Amino acid sequence: MLGRLFLELGTVILALALVGRAAGRLGITPIPLYLMAGIGLGTVMHLDDTAEKFIHTGAEIGAILLLFILGLEYTSDELRTNLRANRRIGLLDLALNFTPGVVAGALLGLPPLAWVLLGGITYLTSSGIASKILSDLGRLGNRETPTILAVCVIEDVVMAFYLPVVAALLIGGSLLTVGVNLALALTAFGVTFFLAMRYGHVLSRVLNVPSDETLLLGVLGLVLVVAGAADLLKVSAAIGAFLVGIALSGEVAHRARAQIEPLRDLFAAVFFLFFGLQLDLAAVPDVLLPAALLALVTAVTKFLVGWHGAAQAGVQSRGRFRAGTTLIPRGEFSILIAGLGLGLAPVLGPLAAVYVLLTAIIGPVLARFDAALAPRVARVLGG
Amino acid sequence: MVRLEETSLPGVGMRYDFDGRFGKRVGVIVHRDGRREMFVSLREDPDACAQSITLDEGEAEVVADLLGGSTVSRRVGQTMQDIEGLAMDWLPLERGSPFAGRALGDSQMRTRTGTSVVAVMRAGQAVPAPGPEFVLEAGDTVVVVGTAGGVRRAARLLSSGAEH
Repeated sequence: MLGRLFLELGTVILALALVGRAAGRLGITPIPLYLMAGIGLGTVMHLDDTAEKFIHTGAEIGAILLLFILGLEYTSDELRTNLRANRRIGLLDLALNFTPGVVAGALLGLPPLAWVLLGGITYLTSSGIASKILSDLGRLGNRETPTILAVCVIEDVVMAFYLPVVAALLIGGSLLTVGVNLALALTAFGVTFFLAMRYGHVLSRVLNVPSDETLLLGVLGLVLVVAGAADLLKVSAAIGAFLVGIALSGEVAHRARAQIEPLRDLFAAVFFLFFGLQLDLAAVPDVLLPAALLALVTAVTKFLVGWHGAAQAGVQSRGRFRAGTTLIPRGEFSILIAGLGLGLAPVLGPLAAVYVLLTAIIGPVLARFDAALAPRVARVLGG
Repeated sequence: MVRLEETSLPGVGMRYDFDGRFGKRVGVIVHRDGRREMFVSLREDPDACAQSITLDEGEAEVVADLLGGSTVSRRVGQTMQDIEGLAMDWLPLERGSPFAGRALGDSQMRTRTGTSVVAVMRAGQAVPAPGPEFVLEAGDTVVVVGTAGGVRRAARLLSSGAEH
């Protein structure tokens, strides 16, 4: 029994390693390939119950760790100053990139709540892919880079408000219960956010034990406990984890990141794989056209945000072009949001998968042609 | 006096950079985990990095010492002192350079420009104090030290074969 489970899990993880290597060769991010590996495995392999359950739980842990590490990335100081300094570009981003998803949801005849989900899917740039592009290509020192990072940070904060709201709305029920759930979720989120900002340093000190092993266990345990409690309060487990990440700062954040990152890499890969596994292949041809159109439109709107933001920062046209293209890829969070809405509108799954696949390819490919294309775009946009 | 700009990179660290006297932007990113990333901008696109090298804390200290950091305050953010009359630059050796594939001695760099080649960077590795027989390759970065005018002439020499 155990032998079969290990065999299956090992095969799955090896398959992920293989596509990860392929992605490295091609110079693209592995996320879309993990998705495709999941789709492929779903068709050729029939996992038995235990393996399936394990992968499902692993995927949930992956979602939690993605958000936790995201929270760890930012100190509360950075969040505060960044929000203040980049309000305008953040609002532009929200208006330009949330709207296409909402409109598409309406045009596709989905239930209204699914419009909001689709809005989130098109809004959120993959900060994972963006920061990977920046560091892999040695672009951290570029002048447009602070703009790109600032947009990502604001999106992450918006996401932290968005997720609990959506989670509360998804529970549904009468208008009253929805209202109560919403209020409960926002209060819980607000209180925790306040506590994390205010007393994060205390928590950081308590958790910062000398032994690496104890630190890992302490942090991981806390993340899971808070995520579980948040889920029971209907706030969304991922947001609980995000808040723990925000609360931790200083040395303990640095050490925890080093220790949890490998776990995150493993479980996040499982998360994308699981999403692919669940996908109904028969539904893909139907969503191909809408996903392509949506990818096209939101590639343009996202590009405009990056271009405009970089222009404000005094960057020349080539840098503006790079800022625009780097923001195009959507990734982990779009998949996460689509996963939330599968019960409501199953079409969100394949739609988001194809959409993420397309945007994750369009962005990095376009970015390579900055010298050739930037002057033309500048002529059109008058830069 | 060098005017240092300070920019926060959320999730990454801090970036310090300045517009160098020889037309290139030079900067250091202090990563959260203590790594130092040193970069120079591209000549034709000052917003982009042409080269960046990542150093750990110990290595960064060694480089700082080599650049004269021991006599200057090490704290970034404070004014840097420049040594009067001495300039240093990283010159990329482009594919079209007449010296790509030829020995360093052929350039007669010191005779013609008065500058010295102190190192050649190749594939992220430094070759310190290369001799005249050292063969340059396209893609190398040549580190030269000399007077400000000499360094400018060296840049022209490397790219076109003539210093004027």
